Amino acid sequence: MNNLLIFYPAAVVAVITTLMVILTRNPVYAVIYLILSLCGVALVFFSLGAPFLAALEVIVYAGAIIVLFLFVVMMLNIGRVMNEQDCLRPSRKQMILPGFLVIVLLVETLMCLFAAAPVNPAASSISTKALGQALYGKHYLGVLLSALVLLIGAIGGIHLGRASSCPDTKERSIHAPR
Amino acid sequence: MSEMIALAASAPPAVVYPLYLQAIIAIVKGAVLLFVLLTLAAYAVFAERRILAFMQGRVGPNRAGPFGFLQPLADVFKLLTKEEANPPFADKWLYYAAPAIITITSMLTFAVIPFGPSDWFIITDLNVGLLFFLALSSLGVYSIVLAGWSSNSKYAALGGLRATAQMISYELPMSLALVGVVLAAGTFSLREIVCAQSGLWFIVIQPVGFAVFLIAAVAESRRTPFDLPEAENEIVAGFHTEYSSMKFALFFLGEYVSIMLLSCIIAVVYLGGWHGPWLPPPLWMLIKVGALVFFFIWIRATFPRLRYDHLMELGWKWLLPLAIANVVITAALLLAFPKLVQGAGK
Repeated sequence: MNNLLIFYPAAVVAVITTLMVILTRNPVYAVIYLILSLCGVALVFFSLGAPFLAALEVIVYAGAIIVLFLFVVMMLNIGRVMNEQDCLRPSRKQMILPGFLVIVLLVETLMCLFAAAPVNPAASSISTKALGQALYGKHYLGVLLSALVLLIGAIGGIHLGRASSCPDTKERSIHAPR
Repeated sequence: MSEMIALAASAPPAVVYPLYLQAIIAIVKGAVLLFVLLTLAAYAVFAERRILAFMQGRVGPNRAGPFGFLQPLADVFKLLTKEEANPPFADKWLYYAAPAIITITSMLTFAVIPFGPSDWFIITDLNVGLLFFLALSSLGVYSIVLAGWSSNSKYAALGGLRATAQMISYELPMSLALVGVVLAAGTFSLREIVCAQSGLWFIVIQPVGFAVFLIAAVAESRRTPFDLPEAENEIVAGFHTEYSSMKFALFFLGEYVSIMLLSCIIAVVYLGGWHGPWLPPPLWMLIKVGALVFFFIWIRATFPRLRYDHLMELGWKWLLPLAIANVVITAALLLAFPKLVQGAGK
């Protein structure tokens, strides 16, 4: 019961801020709404009995990944308002297929919501140890695969960032004074 | 929130208060803590000025009251009554929000710091307390970045960019250093981490982790020798160049509160928290925190500022590998000798 006092406000905040991410015109504000949205989702996780997941959500997403988003937005100096091309609305014809797909998913989600038996979130609090055992025991293949994806990303990043990957950039690359 | 409150009141004396009473108790404890914290922060500024003056062969502020003890009060009045100059070219909302973010994130973390074994000395014993600290400290970065961006001035922007790079770089070794402690204690709860140190402080079994965490903590608080985001002789005052009056004071307050926060975390995680002979537990905690705050000031008086490439090299090429090696070796040792540490493998 008490968890509901956290769950509903946090869920409402998460939904509103997520909407604002795509509605706001200033890219820096969009990033900040995204941070708030992630914090709201973290609180939702917390109220559902997953404090470890909630903390990781804030540390990894809000604390590390979005900082890089903000960094890039600031570095590229996209400006306070997006350019006109970004503000163009899609035509009605372009909206038909995505709209149809969204409605299908929404109806299915609602059906699932009303079909599922209500669970008591407070009774099913997941300890960090149980989560770790599930991840590295039963689901170790998933952990390995996601580690592989991250490794590929890191290798790609290093390759792109190498000073000699493109002969043109060699002279322009900035070396630290020695 | 209710779960946090419930956790706060669920330890040794198994008296279950009704919800509204739990809320009131938590609020009262929070208010007392805030009062003590703000007073101590003001006196930390005073202590820093006096100690730096002593170390540099000056006198320091000694006019207001006996030995200058009323200086913090004078400072607060000065800052509150100063004229506020808001740059017209700033982004209003974020410009106002930035100083609040750092103050809120650094003060909120004190909710999980245990100052003594009893329920009365901790606001809430969150079972992921250490992660709560890391989460809020990673959110604190936004304050600096947004202050730099929203000021819309080149010095502030440079300071903000430097701060982002620095704080992201040093957050990794800081978190990884704490993993060693979590492995040894077998819990994320700060109170249980202190309890696990009743025999041996973790500084003894985690000396490398302690060193890495200490260096990363100084870098995280953006103080000399890591104060590149506000290097005076290069970029005026860095990210807070455009701030004045009380908004500047909030940045200042945030810096000193986070120094005390990092001192508290180091004391709790590595120096045995409230454990110590003869004196009452909270007093031991205060002594350790005080000594660590003095240490922070001492570092500022001793070391010159690092060059930027040295700063990045230290973080990525030295501290990060050391922290990873520390995690691997700690895990291997704990696996080989499960009885090495009291409370291990819980």
